[in-house]
Amino acid sequence: MKYETTIGLEIHVQLQTRTKMFCSCALGFGEEPNTRTCPVCLALPGALPVANAEAIHFGLLIGLALGCDLNPLSKFDRKQYFYPDSPKGYQISQNEEPLCSGGELGGVRIHRVHLEEDAAKTIHSGGGGGRILSSANSVVDFNRGGTPLCEIVTEPDITSAEQAGDFLRLLRTTMRRIGVSDVNMEEGSLRCDANISIRPSGQAQLGVKTELKNMNSFRFIERGIRAEVARQEGLLRAGQPVVQETLHFDPRTERLTSMRSKEEAHDYRYFPEPDLTPVSITAEMLERARAALPELPAARAGRFEQELGLHPDTARLLAWRAELGDYYEEALATGAEPVPLANWTTNELVQRLGADADPATSNVRPAALGVLVTLVTQKKITAAAAKTVLDKLVAEGGDPTAIVETENLAAMGGADELAPVVAAALEAQPAIAERIKNGDPKPMGAIIGAVMKETKGRADGKEVTRLVREQLGL
Amino acid sequence: MTAELIALSAKAAADAISAGELDRAEYFAAYRARSAADELNAYVWISEEGGARAAPVSGELGGVPLAVKDLFCTEGVPSQAGSKILEGYRPPYTATVVEQLTAAGTVLLGKTNQDEFAMGSSNENSAYGPVLNPWDRTRVPGGSSGGSAAAVAAGLAPWALGTDTGGSIRQPAALCGIVGLKPTYGSVSRYGMIAFASSLDQAGPLARDVTDAALLYRHMAGRDPRDATSVAHPEELVLPSAQDLAGLRLGVPEDLTGEGVEPGVMAAFEAALAQAEALGATVERVALPHADYGLSAYYVLAPAECSSNLSRFDGVRYGLRTPADDLTAMYTQTRHDGFGPEVKRRVMLGTYVLSSGFYDAYYASAQKVRTLIAEDFARAFERVDFLVTPTSPGVAFELGALTGDPLAMYLNDYFTVPMSLAGVPAISLPCGLSDGLPVGLQLAGPAFSENRLLDAAHALEAAFGFDGAAVRA
Repeated sequence: MKYETTIGLEIHVQLQTRTKMFCSCALGFGEEPNTRTCPVCLALPGALPVANAEAIHFGLLIGLALGCDLNPLSKFDRKQYFYPDSPKGYQISQNEEPLCSGGELGGVRIHRVHLEEDAAKTIHSGGGGGRILSSANSVVDFNRGGTPLCEIVTEPDITSAEQAGDFLRLLRTTMRRIGVSDVNMEEGSLRCDANISIRPSGQAQLGVKTELKNMNSFRFIERGIRAEVARQEGLLRAGQPVVQETLHFDPRTERLTSMRSKEEAHDYRYFPEPDLTPVSITAEMLERARAALPELPAARAGRFEQELGLHPDTARLLAWRAELGDYYEEALATGAEPVPLANWTTNELVQRLGADADPATSNVRPAALGVLVTLVTQKKITAAAAKTVLDKLVAEGGDPTAIVETENLAAMGGADELAPVVAAALEAQPAIAERIKNGDPKPMGAIIGAVMKETKGRADGKEVTRLVREQLGL
Repeated sequence: MTAELIALSAKAAADAISAGELDRAEYFAAYRARSAADELNAYVWISEEGGARAAPVSGELGGVPLAVKDLFCTEGVPSQAGSKILEGYRPPYTATVVEQLTAAGTVLLGKTNQDEFAMGSSNENSAYGPVLNPWDRTRVPGGSSGGSAAAVAAGLAPWALGTDTGGSIRQPAALCGIVGLKPTYGSVSRYGMIAFASSLDQAGPLARDVTDAALLYRHMAGRDPRDATSVAHPEELVLPSAQDLAGLRLGVPEDLTGEGVEPGVMAAFEAALAQAEALGATVERVALPHADYGLSAYYVLAPAECSSNLSRFDGVRYGLRTPADDLTAMYTQTRHDGFGPEVKRRVMLGTYVLSSGFYDAYYASAQKVRTLIAEDFARAFERVDFLVTPTSPGVAFELGALTGDPLAMYLNDYFTVPMSLAGVPAISLPCGLSDGLPVGLQLAGPAFSENRLLDAAHALEAAFGFDGAAVRA
């Protein structure tokens, strides 16, 4: 029997606002513990929350970027649970009336988008396991507590681990593009839980789902999902039921362990937060969000493909890494041909700078790359010579035309200049010349190589071939 | 000398200080000495001697001492909300309203006793002992702002801050024979008020007369960027001056009178209505069809919010912590030891009504009732200017009389709770005596009608000629 997989994702994005969600503390970035706190985020008696307008603005940007319906009136609710990381005894979240509903990104439908606050960090020491029940000491750092979070919930539209990874990569680049978060999984500013179920192919009813939590990289998510799908398939094939539960995936051992079963799930006793008024989205707020929305990665990739004729993979590479796309478009403004420029950007430049480097911070100015590619496409220099120029640009910057000049790298003018070099090469290797003359094209490379060596790569290979044939009377 | 100082109204004292006719330090010292000799247990903390020197000389309230209910956070000064769980707690910040009043020139005289977390109608739920009614020390002062009311009535403070969630300013004001105003919800900042029920809590003045109440309220009101539910008062607040009620229509809610009201209270109430008519008002009966359900709705909504608001008292960051072997046991023991029985009762009630499966039947239904009551008030105010009721069904009762019967205790709020649910302002002023104990008259108006409400109360006050001076002697 074949099974099909159904996956829905719940993503938490830490918003990079100036201050916390409900107070005026600056966000924490690795400061001394409990130095980014105030009566509100410590939940001192009498302190009251005030919603962060910038976080609401960011929420609207996210809603627009994901094509959501922005609800004109949304509400905050209290989600109640006792734990030291939750100083009020409740988290302010949005339950019944989220900021945004519906939407779509990369073919995956969005269920809802809402705002809430992050929990504080608890650290357990002494005893075993890093868990509160078995530890001798537990301390709490409230610097993170109250950081604005945006929760994005997808519909269960994802059918494979790869699709989940792809969706998350597109989501990450979209969040980066609109500037609401640095979306870094290792640092926890992007967190993802996956709800996973499988069912026999063709069966209408969904299988029992499990929730995979706390995965801190895209690769772990994909591996975790694959492991869980395999586990569920193993259970079903053995005639055993899948139990609804929350699982933790250990990327080192590839093991899945149960965190808690739904039977002991919390009753969060949600109710409307009486300390806050409903969030009413005004025309001005909407206009401001719309005006702040840049071209999104998905749309940019489409434009690169359709208007510039780039290969889909190249278009996606440039569009999903905004800094690369921005660099490319700036280089394009010099009038360089789009397709060769895209290839030079995504291959030669990225290779030389490193996969994660921002080219804008390199020695190679975008205009320099544009000019260089134009020199190649106009056959003023050969590709080989251009690579030498690029090495030089990466090392010390400068102007490619000047480098070509000083290094004497200009392509050889044409037959007049090249013909004697070709003739000399044929003369130096008579046996090979003879073989070519007799119709064997294979040794041609040896002649071209000799010519290249002699001209330091400035010769055009095609022209050399033409001259060889001409001089041998072929 | 002291007797003369104590006889001054707060406004008269402020004016005399401004005019240079009264020494503020001397005035403060007189009140401080009386407060230090407090036999009513009205105070849980009294300021150092010479506290007046810390106050700014400018400001309309220049140097008049202020008693503050314990649940207002005051930096470095115990703020325990009447609870053992906050015993010794000194906050690192001050409530907005106390800051405002300090800026206007008042000087913190002391923190007043109260029912624990403002839950109660007799001040018997305080972890720091009951407060005695200065009219009869065998009786309660009302609650939850019982310490504030008793202090003002007994001349231990010129005026005081209280809070009102379902009647906690008005009922003790009535039982102690003073004036208490519960302002429009949102007109006074709640920032720094240790919360009981967020959607109902409102700070207000307790004062010897209507003018003092108006003067204090004028410096309390205002939008606070730290309280998202606060709003600017749409009118400039002025001191009352009306001498009559010409042309005013008063409505007596037909659904709220009669049953359960003590005959002496009813007699005083009817006499008050007659005096209102003599001042030019017309009195008619109006319908508030859902008001009778107010108490039931209130005792769902207020506990629901309190169960949530009190979750922060968990022994982790401040206040009492009872050590235990694990986290859950620490939570349980701390809250077991730190909360009194009434608080526990309401936390359990509130937790229950918000629980999955019960939410719609209780919390959601009670919210609907609240909306219907607010609509009742809006409709009534199309017909009449103000609604009038007795503030409390009875006069001050004996200590311990109702402690074993929570429901009978809750009935004390019968007349005051509907206004809290509707969010409208209401004032209680003494209108007479019943068996030698004060009876309060409640006037309620539309949202933000404080100017007119205080004006009407001012005219009535003069007509009633109620005299509480004997209690301050």
